[in-house]
Amino acid sequence: MILGFTIAQVAIATLAGSLAIVLGLLGRKPSDLTLAGPVLVELLLIAQIVVAIIAPGAGNAPSGNPLEFWAYLLSAAVIPIAGVAWALVERSKWSTVVVGVACLAVAIMVYRMEIIWTVQGA
Amino acid sequence: MVSNAPAPSGATGPESARPSSRARGVGIVLVAVYGILALAATGRSTVQIIRNFDEAPVAYSLSALAAVVYIVATVALIPRGPFWRRLAWVTIVFELAFVLIVGTLSIIDAQLFPRDTVWSYYGMGYLFFPLFTPILGLIWLRANRRRDEVAA
Repeated sequence: MILGFTIAQVAIATLAGSLAIVLGLLGRKPSDLTLAGPVLVELLLIAQIVVAIIAPGAGNAPSGNPLEFWAYLLSAAVIPIAGVAWALVERSKWSTVVVGVACLAVAIMVYRMEIIWTVQGA
Repeated sequence: MVSNAPAPSGATGPESARPSSRARGVGIVLVAVYGILALAATGRSTVQIIRNFDEAPVAYSLSALAAVVYIVATVALIPRGPFWRRLAWVTIVFELAFVLIVGTLSIIDAQLFPRDTVWSYYGMGYLFFPLFTPILGLIWLRANRRRDEVAA
Protein backbone atom coordinates (compact mmCIF):
# COMPACT_ATOMS: atom_id res chain seq x y z
CA MET A 1 0.00 0.00 0.00
CA ILE A 2 1.01 3.61 -0.41
CA LEU A 3 0.72 5.61 2.78
CA GLY A 4 -0.42 8.85 1.17
CA PHE A 5 -3.08 7.06 -0.81
CA THR A 6 -4.24 5.25 2.33
CA ILE A 7 -4.59 8.53 4.20
CA ALA A 8 -6.56 10.02 1.32
CA GLN A 9 -8.89 7.01 1.25
CA VAL A 10 -9.50 7.06 5.00
CA ALA A 11 -10.06 10.82 4.96
CA ILE A 12 -12.51 10.75 2.04
CA ALA A 13 -14.41 7.74 3.39
CA THR A 14 -14.67 9.34 6.83
CA LEU A 15 -15.85 12.63 5.35
CA ALA A 16 -18.37 10.99 3.03
CA GLY A 17 -19.61 8.79 5.87
CA SER A 18 -20.02 11.62 8.37
CA LEU A 19 -21.76 13.80 5.80
CA ALA A 20 -24.25 11.07 4.90
CA ILE A 21 -25.01 10.23 8.53
CA VAL A 22 -25.60 13.88 9.44
CA LEU A 23 -27.75 14.57 6.38
CA GLY A 24 -29.62 11.30 6.89
CA LEU A 25 -30.45 12.13 10.49
CA LEU A 26 -31.58 15.57 9.31
CA GLY A 27 -34.11 13.77 7.16
CA ARG A 28 -32.55 13.86 3.69
CA LYS A 29 -33.27 11.05 1.32
CA PRO A 30 -30.34 9.68 -0.67
CA SER A 31 -29.25 12.32 -3.17
CA ASP A 32 -26.54 12.78 -5.76
CA LEU A 33 -24.48 14.48 -3.07
CA THR A 34 -24.70 11.68 -0.51
CA LEU A 35 -24.28 8.94 -3.10
CA ALA A 36 -21.27 10.61 -4.72
CA GLY A 37 -19.36 9.81 -1.51
CA PRO A 38 -19.67 6.01 -1.65
CA VAL A 39 -19.14 6.03 -5.42
CA LEU A 40 -15.86 7.89 -4.96
CA VAL A 41 -14.90 5.57 -2.12
CA GLU A 42 -15.58 2.58 -4.36
CA LEU A 43 -13.47 4.00 -7.18
CA LEU A 44 -10.62 4.52 -4.74
CA LEU A 45 -10.98 0.93 -3.55
CA ILE A 46 -10.77 -0.32 -7.12
CA ALA A 47 -7.63 1.78 -7.55
CA GLN A 48 -6.38 0.24 -4.31
CA ILE A 49 -6.95 -3.24 -5.71
CA VAL A 50 -4.86 -2.32 -8.76
CA VAL A 51 -2.16 -0.86 -6.52
CA ALA A 52 -2.13 -3.99 -4.35
CA ILE A 53 -1.70 -6.20 -7.41
CA ILE A 54 1.15 -4.13 -8.86
CA ALA A 55 2.97 -3.04 -5.71
CA PRO A 56 4.69 -6.33 -4.73
CA GLY A 57 6.23 -6.55 -8.23
CA ALA A 58 7.43 -2.97 -7.90
CA GLY A 59 9.40 -3.62 -4.73
CA ASN A 60 6.63 -2.76 -2.27
CA ALA A 61 5.63 -6.12 -0.89
CA PRO A 62 3.43 -6.50 2.19
CA SER A 63 5.24 -7.54 5.36
CA GLY A 64 1.97 -8.79 6.80
CA ASN A 65 -0.23 -11.65 5.67
CA PRO A 66 -1.44 -11.22 2.08
CA LEU A 67 -4.46 -13.50 2.56
CA GLU A 68 -5.74 -11.41 5.44
CA PHE A 69 -5.06 -8.23 3.50
CA TRP A 70 -7.03 -9.42 0.49
CA ALA A 71 -9.93 -10.61 2.65
CA TYR A 72 -10.21 -7.09 4.00
CA LEU A 73 -9.79 -5.39 0.65
CA LEU A 74 -12.35 -7.48 -1.20
CA SER A 75 -14.86 -7.25 1.66
CA ALA A 76 -14.38 -3.49 1.76
CA ALA A 77 -14.94 -3.24 -1.98
CA VAL A 78 -18.34 -4.91 -1.62
CA ILE A 79 -19.63 -2.56 1.08
CA PRO A 80 -20.13 0.71 -0.87
CA ILE A 81 -21.82 -1.20 -3.69
CA ALA A 82 -24.23 -2.78 -1.23
CA GLY A 83 -24.86 0.59 0.43
CA VAL A 84 -25.64 2.38 -2.83
CA ALA A 85 -27.82 -0.49 -4.04
CA TRP A 86 -29.73 -0.26 -0.77
CA ALA A 87 -30.17 3.48 -1.15
CA LEU A 88 -31.51 3.07 -4.68
CA VAL A 89 -34.01 0.42 -3.65
CA GLU A 90 -35.26 2.06 -0.48
CA ARG A 91 -35.40 5.83 -0.77
CA SER A 92 -35.77 6.88 2.83
CA LYS A 93 -33.63 9.04 5.07
CA TRP A 94 -32.43 5.91 6.85
CA SER A 95 -30.83 4.70 3.66
CA THR A 96 -28.73 7.85 3.74
CA VAL A 97 -27.63 6.86 7.26
CA VAL A 98 -26.86 3.34 6.05
CA VAL A 99 -24.69 4.74 3.24
CA GLY A 100 -22.83 6.78 5.86
CA VAL A 101 -22.28 3.76 8.09
CA ALA A 102 -20.98 1.84 5.06
CA CYS A 103 -18.43 4.57 4.27
CA LEU A 104 -17.20 4.66 7.86
CA ALA A 105 -16.83 0.89 7.85
CA VAL A 106 -14.65 1.19 4.74
CA ALA A 107 -12.54 3.87 6.44
CA ILE A 108 -11.88 1.50 9.35
CA MET A 109 -11.10 -1.41 7.05
CA VAL A 110 -8.65 0.60 4.93
CA TYR A 111 -6.90 1.66 8.13
CA ARG A 112 -6.66 -2.00 9.17
CA MET A 113 -5.35 -2.91 5.72
CA GLU A 114 -2.51 -0.45 6.07
CA ILE A 115 -1.60 -2.01 9.41
CA ILE A 116 -1.71 -5.53 7.98
CA TRP A 117 0.39 -4.48 4.97
CA THR A 118 3.11 -2.84 7.03
CA VAL A 119 3.06 -5.01 10.16
CA GLN A 120 6.49 -5.61 11.61
CA GLY A 121 7.90 -8.99 12.44
CA ALA A 122 5.12 -11.05 10.90
CA MET B 1 -32.38 15.76 15.96
CA VAL B 2 -35.03 13.52 14.41
CA SER B 3 -37.63 15.61 12.74
CA ASN B 4 -41.26 14.91 13.45
CA ALA B 5 -42.22 15.17 9.85
CA PRO B 6 -44.15 12.05 8.92
CA ALA B 7 -41.63 9.94 7.07
CA PRO B 8 -42.50 10.96 3.56
CA SER B 9 -43.53 8.12 1.34
CA GLY B 10 -40.11 6.49 1.71
CA ALA B 11 -41.62 3.90 4.02
CA THR B 12 -42.72 1.07 1.82
CA GLY B 13 -44.81 -1.97 2.53
CA PRO B 14 -48.50 -1.90 3.28
CA GLU B 15 -48.54 -2.38 7.01
CA SER B 16 -45.41 -0.48 7.91
CA ALA B 17 -46.51 2.88 6.63
CA ARG B 18 -48.10 4.10 9.82
CA PRO B 19 -46.91 3.70 13.30
CA SER B 20 -43.22 3.25 13.47
CA SER B 21 -41.22 4.80 10.68
CA ARG B 22 -38.50 5.71 13.13
CA ALA B 23 -38.39 2.29 14.78
CA ARG B 24 -38.24 0.81 11.31
CA GLY B 25 -35.47 3.20 10.34
CA VAL B 26 -33.41 2.29 13.37
CA GLY B 27 -34.02 -1.33 12.46
CA ILE B 28 -32.68 -0.71 8.96
CA VAL B 29 -29.48 0.82 10.32
CA LEU B 30 -29.20 -2.07 12.75
CA VAL B 31 -29.44 -4.56 9.90
CA ALA B 32 -26.72 -2.67 8.02
CA VAL B 33 -24.40 -2.74 11.03
CA TYR B 34 -25.08 -6.44 11.56
CA GLY B 35 -24.41 -7.11 7.91
CA ILE B 36 -21.03 -5.39 8.07
CA LEU B 37 -20.17 -7.22 11.28
CA ALA B 38 -21.16 -10.51 9.69
CA LEU B 39 -18.97 -9.77 6.69
CA ALA B 40 -16.01 -8.77 8.86
CA ALA B 41 -16.32 -11.81 11.11
CA THR B 42 -16.74 -14.20 8.21
CA GLY B 43 -13.74 -12.84 6.35
CA ARG B 44 -11.53 -12.90 9.36
CA SER B 45 -12.45 -16.33 10.61
CA THR B 46 -12.09 -17.81 7.13
CA VAL B 47 -8.56 -16.43 6.93
CA GLN B 48 -7.71 -17.65 10.43
CA ILE B 49 -8.98 -21.16 9.77
CA ILE B 50 -7.28 -21.47 6.38
CA ARG B 51 -3.99 -20.09 7.61
CA ASN B 52 -3.33 -21.61 10.99
CA PHE B 53 -6.22 -23.34 12.64
CA ASP B 54 -3.90 -25.47 14.80
CA GLU B 55 -2.51 -22.49 16.64
CA ALA B 56 -5.72 -21.78 18.45
CA PRO B 57 -8.52 -24.16 17.58
CA VAL B 58 -10.83 -22.93 20.33
CA ALA B 59 -10.43 -19.26 19.50
CA TYR B 60 -10.77 -19.76 15.78
CA SER B 61 -13.78 -22.04 16.09
CA LEU B 62 -15.46 -19.39 18.20
CA SER B 63 -14.71 -16.77 15.56
CA ALA B 64 -16.35 -18.96 12.95
CA LEU B 65 -19.32 -19.52 15.22
CA ALA B 66 -19.60 -15.76 15.76
CA ALA B 67 -19.59 -15.24 12.01
CA VAL B 68 -22.42 -17.69 11.47
CA VAL B 69 -24.48 -16.23 14.29
CA TYR B 70 -24.04 -12.71 12.92
CA ILE B 71 -25.23 -13.85 9.52
CA VAL B 72 -28.31 -15.51 11.03
CA ALA B 73 -29.04 -12.44 13.16
CA THR B 74 -28.73 -10.16 10.12
CA VAL B 75 -31.19 -12.25 8.17
CA ALA B 76 -33.57 -12.66 11.12
CA LEU B 77 -33.85 -8.92 11.64
CA ILE B 78 -35.23 -8.28 8.18
CA PRO B 79 -38.61 -10.07 7.84
CA ARG B 80 -41.57 -9.63 10.12
CA GLY B 81 -43.45 -12.34 11.92
CA PRO B 82 -43.11 -14.25 15.17
CA PHE B 83 -40.67 -16.85 13.91
CA TRP B 84 -38.12 -14.30 12.73
CA ARG B 85 -38.57 -12.19 15.82
CA ARG B 86 -37.87 -15.20 18.00
CA LEU B 87 -34.84 -16.14 15.93
CA ALA B 88 -33.56 -12.58 16.25
CA TRP B 89 -34.03 -12.73 20.02
CA VAL B 90 -32.19 -16.04 20.32
CA THR B 91 -29.23 -15.06 18.17
CA ILE B 92 -28.83 -11.63 19.74
CA VAL B 93 -29.06 -12.95 23.31
CA PHE B 94 -26.52 -15.59 22.29
CA GLU B 95 -24.17 -12.89 20.99
CA LEU B 96 -24.50 -10.82 24.12
CA ALA B 97 -23.84 -13.85 26.32
CA PHE B 98 -20.82 -14.88 24.30
CA VAL B 99 -19.23 -11.47 24.04
CA LEU B 100 -19.46 -11.23 27.83
CA ILE B 101 -18.25 -14.79 28.51
CA VAL B 102 -15.48 -14.89 25.92
CA GLY B 103 -14.54 -11.28 26.67
CA THR B 104 -14.08 -12.14 30.34
CA LEU B 105 -12.30 -15.44 29.66
CA SER B 106 -9.92 -13.79 27.22
CA ILE B 107 -8.80 -11.51 30.01
CA ILE B 108 -8.54 -14.02 32.85
CA ASP B 109 -7.38 -17.06 30.85
CA ALA B 110 -5.04 -16.01 28.08
CA GLN B 111 -3.96 -19.67 27.71
CA LEU B 112 -7.33 -20.64 26.32
CA PHE B 113 -7.36 -17.72 23.88
CA PRO B 114 -3.83 -17.34 22.56
CA ARG B 115 -5.25 -15.57 19.52
CA ASP B 116 -7.99 -13.04 19.12
CA THR B 117 -11.55 -13.95 18.37
CA VAL B 118 -14.25 -11.51 17.37
CA TRP B 119 -15.34 -11.51 21.00
CA SER B 120 -11.96 -11.22 22.69
CA TYR B 121 -11.66 -8.30 25.08
CA TYR B 122 -15.35 -7.60 24.56
CA GLY B 123 -14.87 -7.05 20.84
CA MET B 124 -12.07 -4.51 21.17
CA GLY B 125 -10.66 -5.43 17.75
CA TYR B 126 -14.00 -4.38 16.29
CA LEU B 127 -14.29 -1.09 18.15
CA PHE B 128 -16.51 -2.80 20.73
CA PHE B 129 -19.27 -3.14 18.17
CA PRO B 130 -19.83 -6.77 19.21
CA LEU B 131 -20.52 -5.50 22.74
CA PHE B 132 -23.04 -2.79 22.05
CA THR B 133 -24.83 -3.95 18.91
CA PRO B 134 -26.57 -6.82 20.75
CA ILE B 135 -27.65 -4.38 23.46
CA LEU B 136 -29.06 -1.99 20.85
CA GLY B 137 -30.66 -4.95 19.10
CA LEU B 138 -32.41 -6.10 22.26
CA ILE B 139 -33.63 -2.59 23.02
CA TRP B 140 -35.00 -2.32 19.51
CA LEU B 141 -36.71 -5.72 19.64
CA ARG B 142 -38.24 -4.87 23.00
CA ALA B 143 -39.51 -1.48 21.87
CA ASN B 144 -40.99 -3.07 18.79
CA ARG B 145 -42.72 -5.78 20.75
CA ARG B 146 -44.30 -3.23 23.04
CA ARG B 147 -45.53 -1.28 20.05
CA ASP B 148 -46.98 -4.44 18.52
CA GLU B 149 -48.82 -5.18 21.74
CA VAL B 150 -50.21 -1.68 21.93
CA ALA B 151 -51.29 -1.90 18.34
CA ALA B 152 -52.98 -5.24 18.89
